[in-house]
Amino acid sequence: MIYLAAIFVCLVGGAAALVTRSDKSRPLILPVVGAVHFALAINIIWGSPVAPSYGILHIDPPGKIVLLVVSLLFLAISFYAVGYLRYRLSRSNRVLCFCMLMLLGAMTLVICTDHLGVMWIAMEATTLSSAPLVYFNRTRLSLEATWKFLLICSVGIAMALLGSFLIAYSALIRGLTPSMSIPSLIQQAPHLDIVWLRAGFVFLLVGYGTKMGLAPMHTWKPDTYGEAPGMVGAFMSGGLTSCAFLLLIRVQRILAAGGQGPWTRHLLIFMGLLSMLFAAVFMLGQRDIKRLLAYSSVEHMGILALGLGIGGIALIGALLHVINNGLTKGVLFLSAGNIHRAYESKSIPEVSGAIRRLPVSGTLFLLGFIAITGSPPFGPFVSEFMILNGSIARGHYFAAVAFLLLLFIIFLGMGRTVLTAVHGRPSVAARHTPYQDNIWTAAPIVATLLLVLIIGLFIPAPLANVLQQAGTYMGVKP
Amino acid sequence: MISMYILNAVLVLVILLNMYALGAGRMSSLVRTAAMQGVLLALLPEIALGSRGLMPFAVTAITLGVKGMLIPWLLLRALRNTNVKKEVEPLIGFMPSILLGALVTGTALTLSGILSAPRHPLGLMVMPTAISTLFTGFLLLTARVKAVTQAIGFLILENGIYVFGLLLLAAVPALVELGILLDVFVGIFVISIILHHINRTFDSMDTRSLAALKE
Repeated sequence: MIYLAAIFVCLVGGAAALVTRSDKSRPLILPVVGAVHFALAINIIWGSPVAPSYGILHIDPPGKIVLLVVSLLFLAISFYAVGYLRYRLSRSNRVLCFCMLMLLGAMTLVICTDHLGVMWIAMEATTLSSAPLVYFNRTRLSLEATWKFLLICSVGIAMALLGSFLIAYSALIRGLTPSMSIPSLIQQAPHLDIVWLRAGFVFLLVGYGTKMGLAPMHTWKPDTYGEAPGMVGAFMSGGLTSCAFLLLIRVQRILAAGGQGPWTRHLLIFMGLLSMLFAAVFMLGQRDIKRLLAYSSVEHMGILALGLGIGGIALIGALLHVINNGLTKGVLFLSAGNIHRAYESKSIPEVSGAIRRLPVSGTLFLLGFIAITGSPPFGPFVSEFMILNGSIARGHYFAAVAFLLLLFIIFLGMGRTVLTAVHGRPSVAARHTPYQDNIWTAAPIVATLLLVLIIGLFIPAPLANVLQQAGTYMGVKP
Repeated sequence: MISMYILNAVLVLVILLNMYALGAGRMSSLVRTAAMQGVLLALLPEIALGSRGLMPFAVTAITLGVKGMLIPWLLLRALRNTNVKKEVEPLIGFMPSILLGALVTGTALTLSGILSAPRHPLGLMVMPTAISTLFTGFLLLTARVKAVTQAIGFLILENGIYVFGLLLLAAVPALVELGILLDVFVGIFVISIILHHINRTFDSMDTRSLAALKE
């Protein structure tokens, strides 16, 4: 029932957003839903285990980690939204608030189910509810971005449905009763037909990989994150992509139970390094700070796939990295959103001297950059170090060297643009725009960054406990 | 046995509709082709498996309504409200498209013995039909210029997955089937809204004009 409650609160909030008349008070619904959802999520993650409801609502240990990051990120974004939308009163925020809540509800359903069909339905619902969010600015460019996002992700996700069917078909062709529920697929796994199972995995990897933004299916990402409001980019790059990764974890678990672990691992390592390579190439010389962050998201999806591919301690690292990447992307996109407001541009050379123009947001953007590129003392350093450690321990020396080299190139490429944006003097035009940092648009970012810092210094015991559960579930030996 | 004949006849009809869609020159006839295909497919479970109780029957009725009436109505309305030419503009010509489609369908039919589950009650035709329909959808998505044609391509692609799903009816609960249908419907609904905006902003539905965002 608690799973239903977490989804229901989003639906109620969405309905309230639709009927509220005032654009000023409507955004206040977001923090209210965010707080209730977070309380429920804490209960789901650390409360006493609940029996599956209706045979399809159930959460597995990796799901708990993703639920934590999604709920935390939404809570931070919801407070930010109240401040942000005050600067955007020229257009109605009804659709924006409604779709943000539907997106949260759909993501909760993706996480809290163990049926491949329901996961697919919820995942497609996330695509549909985020399309209007991307189109919030109503410009030609945002329209183009929305169309590309909708079409590429819908086709990608159609591949994922086919993949889910193929996995069920691999039972049918062996004369077993076909099923799409993950626990029963794991049970059947040793008897499934290998060829169809592998075909299913490839389709699912392409399908959910598109949603995650793994190269070469990442083409929608820079356009979408570049044109969507910062708060939307934050929720999509931190939450939605994590949900897509969770689905790959679950499917990999089925394949591993069927003895196909090593085969899937090679594919995942290849896709991971390829995504990092694409990101590195396109980040060099990138002048648009939001597109830069989009390529950073492609990079970190690559890192997650790499960690899942290597397994062992690297897999635990990847699960921790889901949290680190999600929260740090929140810091970066929200502060980039503030910079975009203040400069009414998101590219250098228009954006320069952000630390002088916006002391808080500029500094947060810089610190977010330091964190996301894996510098101590922030969280991503710890998780990336675990992935590196794992790849050496398990003999993937080539992957380890390529990983380090690409991280270094990305640090240089990203650093050049970020430093140009934050240092120097702001232009005259930028000094006379109405936007100023305030408690609503700054405090949520500070709080999120503090969490990233805490994970970098030590991993709190409750979190370590959930990570360990997930590791055991995925067959990592302690 | 009779139901088996009807099933195969319907599947052959679905394949013929694929070929027709690949050669269709007017967008409204393309919409109608996709709708007719959707209707035939919605009827298939009732034809092939007979009466299975109230819930599956309700699913069939809803699918018929959505695929046969609601979605074509949305798309035809989107077409009517635009002031562009109603012809399909192909990147790959009509004749080469049909030939490609026929080639893939023929190959799938030849290999159906290997691809199909042994002794499945629905026989050998389902798998090749699914592959043919999936490929048709893909071709329409990639080899046609206008945004509406791409939306129809997506619809036919989904039809192909539906054909494949027929083999797995036991694994797909009615609730999930309805969920998938709801997603497809909302998807087409959102697409038709975006189409309206594209047409108003760019004064055309040619997706080649959507090319400002690049590195």
